[in-house]
Amino acid sequence: MAVISYREALRAAMRDELKRDDKVVIMGEEVAQFNGAYKVTEGLLKEFGPKRVVDTPISEAGFIGLGIGASMLGIRPVMELMFWSFSYVAFDQIVNNAGNIRYMSGGLINCPIVIRGPGNGGTNVGATHSHTPEAILASHPGIKVVCPATPYDAKGLLKAAIRDNDPVYVMENTILYNDKGEVPDEDYIVPLGVADVKRVGTDLTIVAHGRAVITSLKAAEILEQEHGVSVEVVDLRSIRPLDEETILASVRKTHRALLVEENKPFCGVDAQVAYLIQSRAFDELDAPIHRVSSIDAPQIYCKRMEDQQLPDVNRVVREALKVLA
Amino acid sequence: MAKPAVLTHPESLKRLAGPSEYAKDPANASMSKADKIALYTKMARIRHFEQRCIRIYQQGKIGGFLHLYVGQEAVAAGTISLLGKHDHIITGYRDHGHGLMVGMGMNECMAELTGRVTGCSQGKGGSMHYFAPDKNYWGGHGIVGGQAPLGTGLAYAVKYMGLKGSCFVFMGDGAVNQGAVHEAYNLAALWDLPVVFVIENNGYSMGTSQERSTAHPGCLAKRAEGYGMAWDVINGHDVYEVRAKTAVALKRAHEESKPTVLEIFTYRYFGHSMADPDKTYRDKEEIKGYRENKDPVLLFEQELLREKVLTPELSQKINEAAMAEADKAAIFADESPDPTVADITKHIYWEEDNRGPDTTSRGTIIFE
Repeated sequence: MAVISYREALRAAMRDELKRDDKVVIMGEEVAQFNGAYKVTEGLLKEFGPKRVVDTPISEAGFIGLGIGASMLGIRPVMELMFWSFSYVAFDQIVNNAGNIRYMSGGLINCPIVIRGPGNGGTNVGATHSHTPEAILASHPGIKVVCPATPYDAKGLLKAAIRDNDPVYVMENTILYNDKGEVPDEDYIVPLGVADVKRVGTDLTIVAHGRAVITSLKAAEILEQEHGVSVEVVDLRSIRPLDEETILASVRKTHRALLVEENKPFCGVDAQVAYLIQSRAFDELDAPIHRVSSIDAPQIYCKRMEDQQLPDVNRVVREALKVLA
Repeated sequence: MAKPAVLTHPESLKRLAGPSEYAKDPANASMSKADKIALYTKMARIRHFEQRCIRIYQQGKIGGFLHLYVGQEAVAAGTISLLGKHDHIITGYRDHGHGLMVGMGMNECMAELTGRVTGCSQGKGGSMHYFAPDKNYWGGHGIVGGQAPLGTGLAYAVKYMGLKGSCFVFMGDGAVNQGAVHEAYNLAALWDLPVVFVIENNGYSMGTSQERSTAHPGCLAKRAEGYGMAWDVINGHDVYEVRAKTAVALKRAHEESKPTVLEIFTYRYFGHSMADPDKTYRDKEEIKGYRENKDPVLLFEQELLREKVLTPELSQKINEAAMAEADKAAIFADESPDPTVADITKHIYWEEDNRGPDTTSRGTIIFE
């Protein structure tokens, strides 16, 4: 098994799917000639040519809508948003069109489109480029949302997304692009809606997604080494569909839950997860559920403060100890 | 103050009656007698369907917004009657006429308006969201101009698959100020996509006249020049003219894979929707003038009577049949069942509706 980066894993997924299905088209700003603003699509133009790998103008409502329209006729566009923050200028297309057309047509139409790109803070670029819209988008029935945290999951989830017949929005993280991990060369998918227990433990369940998984794993290590606590880390991987059973099984084992995400707290993904746990595992809980989210403000520019605005290892450890007290 | 209007209207708009100068255009000369009768029948069916809707709306059986097409029939009829196997259409919320033109039945259309499970979208779409993908009709879209990028994408797909086809993107005159429309223009021109953008200019974006909504009013199609696209203006009261000029754009799409913007001057007799009391922004005399002098269905009827394609008897028969069909559809819509509570959560995801060996996703996707 090769050790490759999260970025290379995404690229491998696209390369595999471009080879497998001639209806797959990569489209977005700077994806072709520029080789990708974050180099995720590097080399794909050279390998597959301009019909399959297409540069678009800076025109998100236009090109995302175009991709959705093409998907209705059976093309399988994989659209790159340079940042998920830019999805906000294409919101009507992403929500009203991709998300509603199947429903409003009584099931006559489906939109097999993938929109992918980084949706994260922590990169010192200020509020407009640091949105994490997974909760906003996942709140719309008709849309699927996944947030890979590791290279293995990035490849497997993106391949599953491209083969899926519904709109799937893949939210990556620029800070993870250089992270390395073992990734099989052969064909595999990570099915949507299957969480992954990234660390097994007995005393506390941490539920996280995206980069918060990596932060939580580091915190779990400290909790083990310095406090003798055995922490289980559940990586959601997929926000909608949501693997409720894996979350519940873990909480039934540890009886304590801490929810960690890089979203702002109000109506974050973890608000839904907290509701799930209290509604279906209330009697299993030995302590109230706690959450660690980004500090509730537009993303601050100052790098030193932004690092503290996002959930960091210290804050996760501190909050975990409160749940365990 | 709006800038002075630079009027670029088709000369023929001044015509009140008399033979259409486009009757002998190849697009029309090629029509057989039966084709012409069929086209007139379709226009009459749209007219009577819409007029029947008014009564059902007034009875309180149609909810939400009902945007009628009465007065604009020649636009959908003239354009859509030219289309072939690989030509697609998409439009905004004034979508009934297009649906009937592509061959949707009055029953499924009427039942959708009353929210019945027998409706074209099983009661899930309503008046603004008709769809018939099997007839290349991709909606029926509620947000002004939001369909323009989608239609451009349909044309992209046609071109990608190497087919000789097109997509007609219909929109109202209010849509031309939406950013999504301009983005679609740019992409269509930049990538040489076989799109025909059809601006159905009925003079008012809801209750706001062009002079109050649009910089450089008078010719909306001309904006195409900013994107290097061909454009034309059309008298939308004359179905022959609509066909003749649309045929040029269609050929451009098919032969050269190039987009066109067509502005078709038309008029709606009723308010923006039935929720519009239609009292604040235009006077009754204006509506009367159009009804009496420029009615597209009457003008085409007169044309065909002059050509001796129609007789008064045949015309009467066609109109009576269309009325009877609309009456029957109203009864069908009345007697059809509602969707059930269980139906509310169907047709959200393809994967949930088609569980099988090919579906891989797991987990909870519909939440309680």
